[in-house]
Amino acid sequence: MTLEIRDLHVTVEGKEILKGVSLVVERGVTHALMGPNGSGKSTLAYTLMGHPKYQITRGEILLDGASLLEMTPDQRARRGLFLAMQYPVAVSGVTLYSFLHAATSAVRGYGDRTPAAARGRLNAHLMPMREFRQELNERLAFLQIDPAFLQRYLNEGFSGGEKKRAEILQMALLKPKVAILDETDSGLDIDALRLVSEGINVLQKDLDMGLLVITHYQRILNYIYPDVVHVFYDGRIVKTGDAKLVDVLEEQGYEWVRQGLTAGD
Amino acid sequence: MGEAGADGWGLGEPPETDMTSQHEELRGIKDRDEYDFRTEIDYAHKSRRGIGEDVVREISALKNEPQWMLDFRLKALDAFLDMPMPTWGVDLGTLDFEQFYYFMRATPTKQRSWDDVPAAIKDTFEKLGIPEAERKYLAGVETQMDSESVYSSLKAEWEAHGIIFVDMDSAVRDHSELVQAHISKAVPVRDNKFAALNSAFWSGGSFVYVPAGVNVEIPLQAYFRINAQSLGQFERTIIIAEEGSNVHYIEGCTAPQYTEAALHTGVIEIFVKKGAHARYTTIQNWSRNVYNLVTQRAIVDEDGLMEWVDGNLGSGVTMKYPAVVLRGPRARGEVLSIAFAGDDQHYDAGAKAIHLAPDTSSMITSKSISKGNGRSGFRGLVRVVHGAERAQSKVVCDALLLDRESRSDTYPYIDASEDNVRIEHEATVSKISEDQLFYLMSRGLSEAQASAIIINGFLEPFVKELPMEYAVELNRLVQLQMEGSVG
Repeated sequence: MTLEIRDLHVTVEGKEILKGVSLVVERGVTHALMGPNGSGKSTLAYTLMGHPKYQITRGEILLDGASLLEMTPDQRARRGLFLAMQYPVAVSGVTLYSFLHAATSAVRGYGDRTPAAARGRLNAHLMPMREFRQELNERLAFLQIDPAFLQRYLNEGFSGGEKKRAEILQMALLKPKVAILDETDSGLDIDALRLVSEGINVLQKDLDMGLLVITHYQRILNYIYPDVVHVFYDGRIVKTGDAKLVDVLEEQGYEWVRQGLTAGD
Repeated sequence: MGEAGADGWGLGEPPETDMTSQHEELRGIKDRDEYDFRTEIDYAHKSRRGIGEDVVREISALKNEPQWMLDFRLKALDAFLDMPMPTWGVDLGTLDFEQFYYFMRATPTKQRSWDDVPAAIKDTFEKLGIPEAERKYLAGVETQMDSESVYSSLKAEWEAHGIIFVDMDSAVRDHSELVQAHISKAVPVRDNKFAALNSAFWSGGSFVYVPAGVNVEIPLQAYFRINAQSLGQFERTIIIAEEGSNVHYIEGCTAPQYTEAALHTGVIEIFVKKGAHARYTTIQNWSRNVYNLVTQRAIVDEDGLMEWVDGNLGSGVTMKYPAVVLRGPRARGEVLSIAFAGDDQHYDAGAKAIHLAPDTSSMITSKSISKGNGRSGFRGLVRVVHGAERAQSKVVCDALLLDRESRSDTYPYIDASEDNVRIEHEATVSKISEDQLFYLMSRGLSEAQASAIIINGFLEPFVKELPMEYAVELNRLVQLQMEGSVG
């Protein structure tokens, strides 16, 4: 399973944000995408997942050779793509538990086993409760999440750390083949960061996941070790290297990238 | 509500909060056809179409009513003919009173035992799941097919406590003094044109009396169903909760589809005595050709609590404003309602809280959803009279619009003649946000599923107040409303 991005150009409300991004994320490999604020990192994340706000004007996104461009976000999710969001939205009145149950059932194709007439209904295709509950309990223990948390409404009133943990819990249940982590370290204190990172590392090993870790700071990369590091600037990847690139960036900052670009022109 | 309406229209939990467990039960999902069956019944008696003194006399005679009730009806008929149609709210321009039958009797005599109920009627109720519901949850069942109850029962344990739960016709016969002392005391005959109509032609409905200090632990249930074509259904219900008692009454309504319109004009009067607690829950799923024009009002004495829980999903047009009249000090009233207006449906619903005594409080929560060209309006009145010091009221209405054509209107009216009061009003109108949809869809849920989840979440504060079986039923009805609109 490979996520392949070819010469991707994206506009938002008429303004070009991504200006030709090319990148290949293989299974089992961790890529870090580092860049300053406003460079278009989150646009890349949302575009890959299919947010309708982002218009692709040129380029291609392939998952195992199949184009994602015409697919809705749910189709992409069912094919094994996952996006851990920087700002997960709240949905009032919907418990985390019922949401996880519905989402897990959807991604695992329980809907496909019911007659066509039952499609599109919330509850016509749920994973057997006992089976789900058992798996969920294991994941809760693994991520050290209090089961009482499940009865709260989805992301409503969650602290930054709770939101991120809930995102990783979703990832653990949906078992993606390629996951994009958008600023997962933001809003996490050091203990929460360690816990979430360890969770991600174990999952990656278990699932042989491809990872694209999008981050502004190198902090999370102290816990999730990248195989490949990309420096993102002004809508495109301007440098690619190994983990050492993280240290260079840490020492010299993004100014170094900007100057490098100017010098090269 | 405009001047005409200000007084005229009397404006008149599931065991766990886990939604999914309810949904588990819904695997064998039903569709609207299930409610749209019609049972062929030989009507034992049917009035002529239209309004008239002859029809009133005929109804009263067929029921062997005492003279006072006939007089009451005739006086109400005069009031009805005299009063103007409301010119606000929904469009009643197509409502032709002459097109309806005002009385039909399904069986010659009322049945007491389920085994005696004719097969066709039994079949209807079996389809609606009434007997199982009774076995599982309910203390008593009072089901109404068209004009009269065909089956009623009340568990022996409640009878032992002196609780009366009978159809209104029996009450007029067997508890004449109690009925006479309460009928039209909360909703006067001239309160509005439809209350007058009901008073003249009423047929069926329930009478509930809970003696002082008695706590009715399990909800009493009535299930109304309009079966015949072009039938006016005018149930009249009176609930009396004596001092310190506690009662929960639930009403569910369905009607099959017909090309001709049907009229449902109920009047519900509730008397909550000192320190008593009454709750009245309605889930209304009339078919789209029903005019649903209902007056519900409760009079609450000191330290009493009245709760109206009102779900509207059916009917073509609905005008309904459950009211609490807080008559005694520290009386409390709550109205919690939802409305889901789909294509061609128009609701003008709301609530009314009248504070007549000091330290009274009211809470009105309204949630509405509009889809397609559906319109859902909220009309709320909070009135505080002089002397009702320290009265408190809070009105919250949230509207969710599912698409561009749908519409929601809010008409709050506040009328306070006392300075030392606290009245709050909050209103929100929202749409299903693109970001919420994207978030849920990025987790593998189809657009239809994601929308349904968001809507269920919006309704959750209402659903969690319902008994389990009603919560399940409501979720199912919401899904039926959703179909064809998304995904």
